[in-house]
Amino acid sequence: MGETADQIFVTLQHSIAGYAPAGLRPVLSTMLAVIAILGVFALLFAMTTVLERKGLGRIQNRYGPNRVGPFGLLQPIADGIKSLTKEDIVPQAADKAVHLLAPISLVLAAFTLFAVLPLGRNMVLVNLDAGVLFFFAVSSVMEVAIFMAGWSSRNKYSLLGAMRAIAQMISYEVPLILASVTVIMAAGSLSTVEIVARQSGYSGILPHWFVFTPWGFAGFFLFMVAATAESNRSPFDLPEGESEIIAGYFTEYSGFKFALFFLGEYIGMFAISGLGITLFLGGWSAPLSFLTWIPSYLWFFAKLLAVIAMFIWIRGTLPRLRMDQLMNFAWRFMLPMALINLVTAGIWHFFEHGVLRWIVCSVVVVVSYVLLGRGLTQGWKLERRIYRFAE
Amino acid sequence: MLFTTFAIVTVAGAVAAMSFRHLVHSVLSLIVAFAGLAAIYLLLGAQFVGLAQVLIYIGAVAILVVFAILLTRNTREIQRSIAVSSWRQSVAVVFAVFGVLAWAIYGSGAISHVMRPQPEVAIQQIGDALILRFALPLEIIGLLLTVALIGAVTIAMQEKKEKR
Repeated sequence: MGETADQIFVTLQHSIAGYAPAGLRPVLSTMLAVIAILGVFALLFAMTTVLERKGLGRIQNRYGPNRVGPFGLLQPIADGIKSLTKEDIVPQAADKAVHLLAPISLVLAAFTLFAVLPLGRNMVLVNLDAGVLFFFAVSSVMEVAIFMAGWSSRNKYSLLGAMRAIAQMISYEVPLILASVTVIMAAGSLSTVEIVARQSGYSGILPHWFVFTPWGFAGFFLFMVAATAESNRSPFDLPEGESEIIAGYFTEYSGFKFALFFLGEYIGMFAISGLGITLFLGGWSAPLSFLTWIPSYLWFFAKLLAVIAMFIWIRGTLPRLRMDQLMNFAWRFMLPMALINLVTAGIWHFFEHGVLRWIVCSVVVVVSYVLLGRGLTQGWKLERRIYRFAE
Repeated sequence: MLFTTFAIVTVAGAVAAMSFRHLVHSVLSLIVAFAGLAAIYLLLGAQFVGLAQVLIYIGAVAILVVFAILLTRNTREIQRSIAVSSWRQSVAVVFAVFGVLAWAIYGSGAISHVMRPQPEVAIQQIGDALILRFALPLEIIGLLLTVALIGAVTIAMQEKKEKR
C-alpha cells in the first residue's frame, strides 16, 4: 500500500504514456511530467504569495489580506485578475524587444531549474550525470535576465538596481557553489539522484542526511544564506527594496510582466530551496526510520514548505543589509568559512567513523566561525561583547 | 536536424553580434551564440563541457563584457553604416580564411565517414584525469587564478589609497 501511494504518479505517467505509439512514448511521458511540474509549482507560488502576506502581517502585528475568500486565502485569484487586466505600460525610450524578453527569459530559466530536482522516489525529470552543475549553469542565466530587465528600461534606478543585483548574485554564487562542493565530495557524484541515494540510510532511527554532520550543518547554513542572497530575498533585497530604489530593476514593468517577474523570482526561490533540500536535507527521504510509509513526494514538499516558512520568517524579522555590508559578508566571512568547510569535509571523509572525527570537525567549524565573525565586526578582538541599547 | 538548428542559431547569433549598432544588443546576441555552442556540446554528449560553457561563458564572461561596456560609457548607437570603403579587401580576406579552414577540415579525419568508437566520458573520468594525469596543468591554472585575484585586489586597493 505504501509502495503504491509512493509511486502513484509514476504509474499514472506510464499508463497515460502507454496509450501513445512506441515512438512518441518518451516524448509524451516527459511532457506529462513537465505539465505536472509547471502546474504544481505555479499553485505553490500562488499559495506562497498569500501565506507570505499573512505571515508577514502576523509578524508585524496585523492581519494580512483577509477580504477575498475565507481568511483571505483566495487572494492570489484577485492578484492574478488584477495583473492580467492592468495596462501594460512600456516607456517610450525603452528597448522594446529586450524589455519583453527579460521577464520571459527569467521565468524560462527559473522553471528549467526543476528539471534535475528529484521530487520523490523515481520522480526526477532528467537524471543528468551533472545535475548540480546544470542547476548552477541555468541559475547564471537568471542573472543575465535581470541585467536585461534593468538595462532595457533606460532608467537610472533600474540600471543601478540591476548592477547591484548582478554584483550581489555573482558574489554569493561563490559560497553557494563551494558549500555544494562539500556535498558533491561526500557523495562522490554530481547527480542529484545519487546524492539523495547516499543520504537514504538510517542508523537506528536517525537518518544519514548531510545536515547532521558538522560540515553539513555549516554548509547548510552557508547554502541557505547564499540562496537568500541569490533570490534577492530580504535581508538581501537591496536591489529591489521599495524604500531603497523604488523597485530596482523592475521599476518600469507593469501588469502581467511584473507578475512574471514576481513568478520568476519565487520559482527561483523554490528551486534553490529544493536544491538545498536535495543536497543537505536528504531530498525525499523521511526524517525518522519509522516514518518511511509516508510517500516520498509528501516529504519533499513538507521540507520545501518548512524552508519557505523560514524564508518568510527571516524576511519579517531581519532588517535589510546595505550593499557594502552585503559584499563584505560574502567575500570576507562566507568565502573563508566555505573554504574551511571544504577542508572539514575532507577531514571527515578521511577519518574513520567514530567520536574523534565528530570532535575534530566540530572544533574546526566552531572555532573558524567565531574567529571570522569576531574578526569582521570587532577588528580581531576576542573579548566579551558589550551591547549598547537605547534607553 | 537538431545540429542544423543549433548551428544556425550559433551562426545567426554571431552574425548579429557583429551587425548590431548598439553594443549591448551585440552582447546579448553573443550570449545567444554561446548558448547555441553549449547546445552543440550537449548534443555531442559532453555534458560537463556543455554545462560549463553555459556557466562560464554566459554566466561570467558575458556579464563581465556587459560590465566593461557599461563602465566605459560608450553606449551611443553607431550612426555610420556598416559598409566600409575597403569592403572588397575584407571580402577577399574572408574567402581566404574560409578556404584555409575548409581545406584543413577536409584534410583531417573529421570528415571521413568512419566512426571510431566514442569513449564513454563520465564526469568521474574527467575528475580522475584532472587529478592524476593533468595534475601539473591543474596546479598551474590554480596559481594563475590566485595571481589574477591578488592582482585585482591590489589594483582596487591602490585606487582606494589614491583617492585619499
